[in-house]
Amino acid sequence: MLGGLERRARQTLLDCGRGLLKAATAQVGILLFALSVASIAYLAIGIGFLAAPTPLFGVRGLAEQQRRWAWEWSGVRIASPYRRRPPAGTTSGLRGRVRLCKWLLGDPATWRDLLWSLINMPVTVFLGLLPVCLILNGVEGVLVAPCVWIFSASHELYWALAMPIGVASLAIGLSASPRILRGHALFTQALLGPTRQELAERVSELAESRSDAVGASAAELRRIERDLHDGAQSRLVSLGLNIGLAERLLKDDPDAALSLLAEARMSSGQALSELRGLVRGIHPPVLAERGLEGAVKALALTVPVHVDVHVDLPGRAAAPVEAAVYFAIAEALANVVKHSSASQAWVQVQHHHGKLSAVVGDNGVGGAVPGPEGGLRGIDRRLAVFDGITAVTSPSGGPTVVTMELPCELSSART
Amino acid sequence: MRVVIGEDLTLLRDGLVRLLTAYGMEVVEATDNAPSLLRALLAHKPDVAVIDVRLPPSYTDEGLRVAITAREQLPGLPVLVLSQHVEPLYAKELLAQGHGALGYLLKDRVSDLDRFVEAVNTVARGGTAMDPEVVSQLLSRHARSEPLRQLTQREREVLALMAEGRANAGIAARLVITEKAVSKHINRIFLKLGLLPAEDDNRRVLAVLTYLNG
Repeated sequence: MLGGLERRARQTLLDCGRGLLKAATAQVGILLFALSVASIAYLAIGIGFLAAPTPLFGVRGLAEQQRRWAWEWSGVRIASPYRRRPPAGTTSGLRGRVRLCKWLLGDPATWRDLLWSLINMPVTVFLGLLPVCLILNGVEGVLVAPCVWIFSASHELYWALAMPIGVASLAIGLSASPRILRGHALFTQALLGPTRQELAERVSELAESRSDAVGASAAELRRIERDLHDGAQSRLVSLGLNIGLAERLLKDDPDAALSLLAEARMSSGQALSELRGLVRGIHPPVLAERGLEGAVKALALTVPVHVDVHVDLPGRAAAPVEAAVYFAIAEALANVVKHSSASQAWVQVQHHHGKLSAVVGDNGVGGAVPGPEGGLRGIDRRLAVFDGITAVTSPSGGPTVVTMELPCELSSART
Repeated sequence: MRVVIGEDLTLLRDGLVRLLTAYGMEVVEATDNAPSLLRALLAHKPDVAVIDVRLPPSYTDEGLRVAITAREQLPGLPVLVLSQHVEPLYAKELLAQGHGALGYLLKDRVSDLDRFVEAVNTVARGGTAMDPEVVSQLLSRHARSEPLRQLTQREREVLALMAEGRANAGIAARLVITEKAVSKHINRIFLKLGLLPAEDDNRRVLAVLTYLNG
């Protein structure tokens, strides 16, 4: 019983602290709200493009923090509703800032964040400070009032009432503080959770990438089936035939048998080399053996352009992700060789903040335009399955930089 | 000649043992996994080792790593590495140790018995046997480079055969020209690529491979 009370008191103190923290961040939120509104107003004269992203990201950061707190402190899950961010490499420079602003302001979630930071201020000041006030009032009634009653001559009504009120508010504070915080979390959820429309957008995005993926893998299976059927399989049939004939001719016509056997051997060699090509297309052996780093280095050695490879991964990604990134890089390098007339290219693979990014650049002529059926579209499709994104910057005259980014976790062991 | 074999596929391992025994070699140990292969190499110090790249326990590139580790401890240990696929990257790593006595071939090549056994012998003697597919990948990578474009078609053929590790006589037989013609071609190739001429066949091959791998 006493242990339960102690635990409850501890929890209440923690909730008081959390409420205070929420109230304090709401003050920062209102400041960022004012800055955001001011800088959005300045978009009209251009300066806004430079100024707006910073406070808007600040508001977004606070909103994300609230979502995390709602989950960690009150068990209320609030999904992040934002649209996919353009890759990091494409948001520098003036044009990049404009692109960044377009993305930020085009996302309804940004506007709801702003609305939230305005309304949140009074709501949080009330709900956040409520546990503290209840407890302080309770302490006054339970500890201070009896002392005043006993040691002072004045027996005012205030102090007489203070005791029962204090007991009541202490009881409420102790029992209700988690519920008050939860109430705030639910309020946050109502304003910051994804709307139906956002969820619908996400669903249609997923449906599209899934149907792309299903279509692509069905086409891939058909290609493999055809290659096996026309290639290795038919070679093995002729191999069996030749060996069978050679068996029959061995006694009567050894010379003919010999030439049939030689033909059979050649046929087996061709079947093997076709199978090798096929395997390379399904899952490159070097990727299985060495992971992404080794495979990209091996790839670089087979490209007729000098390629600098920097891979900085503290662990390995899941096999399907590795394969998708490998083929995307291979495709990008193939484009470099085919179209760019570059003498140098570079590949950079990193993992930051839960995202794996691969950047392929060259010093070629630039002017690459992603066509509907081009290699770049293929890369996009490959990565979309993993919620990945692709961005190409290729001004006429070069350089061309293809940035690919996808969220993924790495396994910690480096093998 | 004493041979150690590291190959996990039973059919191929038995086939290799039978083949090499038939050609008068002595297979002192044939093992199917990487740890016991390394022990066998260090214990027997064979005249040549034939090793599959992909071996248990992890079925990645264990065989290659065993080959490299064994050659660190026994410099110049002749090793012929076999694989279902060839990668210039692996060739580069093997060559980086720089002792020759090295082979890197597709498994397919075992079907040409005479040539395969010749490759085993070449490696055992300290020579090089590089798979034509590795060489053609290396050459196609350099196809756009200026020095290689200056070579004539014939010179390019000679270069490819030289990179595979063939001696003058072998190149001459293959291209149906005289050995004298071959050495003329080789001199011109070295001149055009800016390589120092090397008398020793083995060093000549390494120079060419290093150039192509650069």
